[in-house]
Amino acid sequence: MPVSLSKPVAPSADKRWKIVDATMRRVGQHSRGLIETLHTVQEAFGYLDETALRYVALSLRVPLSRAYGVATFYHFFTLKPAGEHTCVICLGTACYIKGAPQLVDTVRRELGITPGETTEDGKVSVLSARCLGSCGLAPAVVYDNEVAGKVSPLQLKEQLSKWGRP
Amino acid sequence: MTASANVKTFQINGRDYSARAEETILEVARQNGIFIPRLCELEGLSTVGACRLCLVEVKGSNRLLASCVTRVEEGMEVTTNSERLERYRRGIVELLFTERNHVCSVCVSNGHCELQFLSQKLDITHIHYPYRFPKAEVDASHGRFVIDHNRCILCNRCVRVCDEIEGAHTWDVMGRGIDARVITDLNQPWGTSDTCTSCGKCVHVCPTGALFEKGRSVAEMEKRRNFLPYLQLMRGDQNG
Amino acid sequence: MTREELEQIANTERQSQASTAQKLNVCVAAGCLSCQSQTVKEVLEKGVARRGLGERCAVKGVGCMGLCSEGALVSVDQNILYKRVLPADATDMLDALEAGRPPVERLVCPTNTPFFQRQKKIVLENSGVIDPERIEEYIAACGYTALVEALTELTPAEVIEQVTRSGLRGRGGAGYPTGLKWSTVAKAVGTQKFVICNADEGDPGAFMDRSVLESDPHRVLEGMLIAAYAVGASEGYIYVRAEYPLAIKRLKIAIRQAEKLGLLGSNICGTRFNFRVDLRLGAGAFVCGEETALIASIEGKRGAPRPRPPYPAMEGLLGEPTLINNVETFANIPPILRNGGEWFAAIGTEKSKGTKVFALAGRVQNTGLVEVPMGITLREMVFQIGGGVPDGKNFKAVQTGGPSGGCLPAECLDMPVDYESLARAGSIMGSGGMIIMDETSCMVDVAKYFMDFCMTESCGKCVPCRVGTYQMHRLLETITQLQAAPKDLALLEELCDLVKHTSLCGLGQSAPNPVLSTLRYFAEEYKAHIERNQCVAGVCGQEVHV
Repeated sequence: MPVSLSKPVAPSADKRWKIVDATMRRVGQHSRGLIETLHTVQEAFGYLDETALRYVALSLRVPLSRAYGVATFYHFFTLKPAGEHTCVICLGTACYIKGAPQLVDTVRRELGITPGETTEDGKVSVLSARCLGSCGLAPAVVYDNEVAGKVSPLQLKEQLSKWGRP
Repeated sequence: MTASANVKTFQINGRDYSARAEETILEVARQNGIFIPRLCELEGLSTVGACRLCLVEVKGSNRLLASCVTRVEEGMEVTTNSERLERYRRGIVELLFTERNHVCSVCVSNGHCELQFLSQKLDITHIHYPYRFPKAEVDASHGRFVIDHNRCILCNRCVRVCDEIEGAHTWDVMGRGIDARVITDLNQPWGTSDTCTSCGKCVHVCPTGALFEKGRSVAEMEKRRNFLPYLQLMRGDQNG
Repeated sequence: MTREELEQIANTERQSQASTAQKLNVCVAAGCLSCQSQTVKEVLEKGVARRGLGERCAVKGVGCMGLCSEGALVSVDQNILYKRVLPADATDMLDALEAGRPPVERLVCPTNTPFFQRQKKIVLENSGVIDPERIEEYIAACGYTALVEALTELTPAEVIEQVTRSGLRGRGGAGYPTGLKWSTVAKAVGTQKFVICNADEGDPGAFMDRSVLESDPHRVLEGMLIAAYAVGASEGYIYVRAEYPLAIKRLKIAIRQAEKLGLLGSNICGTRFNFRVDLRLGAGAFVCGEETALIASIEGKRGAPRPRPPYPAMEGLLGEPTLINNVETFANIPPILRNGGEWFAAIGTEKSKGTKVFALAGRVQNTGLVEVPMGITLREMVFQIGGGVPDGKNFKAVQTGGPSGGCLPAECLDMPVDYESLARAGSIMGSGGMIIMDETSCMVDVAKYFMDFCMTESCGKCVPCRVGTYQMHRLLETITQLQAAPKDLALLEELCDLVKHTSLCGLGQSAPNPVLSTLRYFAEEYKAHIERNQCVAGVCGQEVHV
């Protein structure tokens, strides 16, 4: 990609770039605002792809390799699009000793994937969380942003098969 | 402040030394021919205190201190070699050997490698910990240079020299923990990098055979680092 | 904002609160929200309106009431507590209320139990009582009076003097004296100074800070403001985990409200004191709880720690003097200034003053949040407040301090909970997570769990932590697969020593603690795994999960 010294132009006419631009203006187009901007990109697009990283890096004058280094250091950021539904299994200590490993097993048996992966049809992404802070409800799972507590393998299985149906 | 207040007197291994207040223990040791092992520090680059090989004991401190980032202080009593320090240093070098795939007999840097030199100096004949045997790639897409991740010890010297001396910041580190590795630009083949100026500084600061010039065969890759103190001196003069 | 204006807001709010005879407080903190408490609140509100009870009965959302395992929680007039309330229960509750009948028995949660009676609330005094989204309620509960007093009547040195006298120590884990930290930053020279609130609560099993932020965000802001005045800072950041959306939302609301009332911004309370606060979201890196890594992250970089000194108090954010305290530490500041340092110092033990908020979780009857005076014994925590181990199982260990802490066995139960005692026993106070384990937990498996945590959270900068945690995890895996040889145990101990003493930052230096503490108290379990291929708890040797 050719580099010019003027401010880079948004990769496409997609309105979401306006949101990204707004964040970059709020952080004063400063390299310090890299993480804030990446949060905005991920919120707007669901993930960080090469185009977005390049655009943000050039706009904030952050070296490309540094932007990539930051994006891959923080586990909250993802470089791949997520599935239609997401299921986050909490692996905090309380959840771990109250049966979270069995939930991971359930996912592996039902969907054939492990946390961090998405099913081939792009329907379900399974993630793990370090701790949701919902230890009183252990083991906890987040289905599409809704926290569910005291989840049994059977309940998880039902939810997954509900999503699996067309 | 008087000039004398800027000079510190202290002891290393029981002998008296004096140095300017801004100097580090490692710098003073080096000037006086006292050997302290290190892999991430290199004269002319900023210090990061990451390899932990230059740890020393300082009387009165219950922590071991990285001598590359610890400035001398009045009355300090430093020990650079003890049975305990030797044991830890051997442990750290052994861990480095298990992390990636270091095979000296086929390495371009055989005989010129800082990791190899240290293992000989520390008398490491056997690795106690299991090897990890990761699958690491070799990127030969650049016209003149190659990076072999099998031999990288993540000392970060390439990242620093590219940013601080060349000013290109082509290199950085991606991922974290045991999965961390050095990358060029957006984790793309080195040869496709927009920012690399092909200056070769990264190759010559690399302590192992991870970065080398194309066309070198086993044991042929000697690193030249004279440019570093030279550049530092020239730039210091311009700034001063 | 003057003292009189503050008083006026407080009085107006108190009058409006007094005009309704009965108050239904519904917990809308994260724990209860995932038990449909928002719907419960809406159903109650509709019910009250439909029955025309609006005059004498007010429904409001409040922060955490502590007993998270029994959510959704609803309190009536602060003296009846309903537990496990579902939207369908609203009718019965309102029937009883309307007819003046005794409360609905099947929902009543007894509050004369040690879980409620043994607590002493300072940090959590407003949690579960006030609406966290309204600054007026915080002000009616004496909020911001400490700030106004500090700004108008005390010099920065006098403020620091009170904090020093209180004996408050950092609640984030290490327990560094807060007054000393403040005076260091106050004395440091810089063109600008910063105050940072560390709300990157990363210990798995700890949710104290989240609860404080969700239940009483203004208390944290007030603490930061007082700190900024004391050390001479004009800018502040709250570094909060992106995983806590509700806490973020409430903090944003709180900041906006405080700005509107002139409690944040320029010339606060008509003085020359200026202070601005901004949020910075963490992005899933435990190591960012470490001060220097947190600063790197706020600067938009990889969260890798750097060697100290220089300490952030001298050279922190952008190279300027920076004060970093955690949420609970800041939350303690307003009451200390309101009541004086001596008042605080009278609570707790000789070296550990005040109270501490703990998150009780794991195999214990009452899981949730409790605030107790320092020095309480572990036995009281587990068996009285926690209500003991459920299902007739036997207590095995209590884990404190998260991945930097350790597992303490039954013989440690009579030990007082304070910084020194926990450290002597091989654990740490940490940020306040307390996880109880029974006989169904295998201590080697628990050690492996924490090592897996440290391995994935290692930033990868220094060799001992990066490779050492990997090697230790692999050895623990071999042991839990019942395939280890005696020499593996020796290697594990050797690595613990190496990583503990040579790592760059606290994460690496404390990574071996869960292994060391289980080796110290549960050596028999390791032996059984290695010598007899046996896991007493029946956890290991089966299919390996996670």
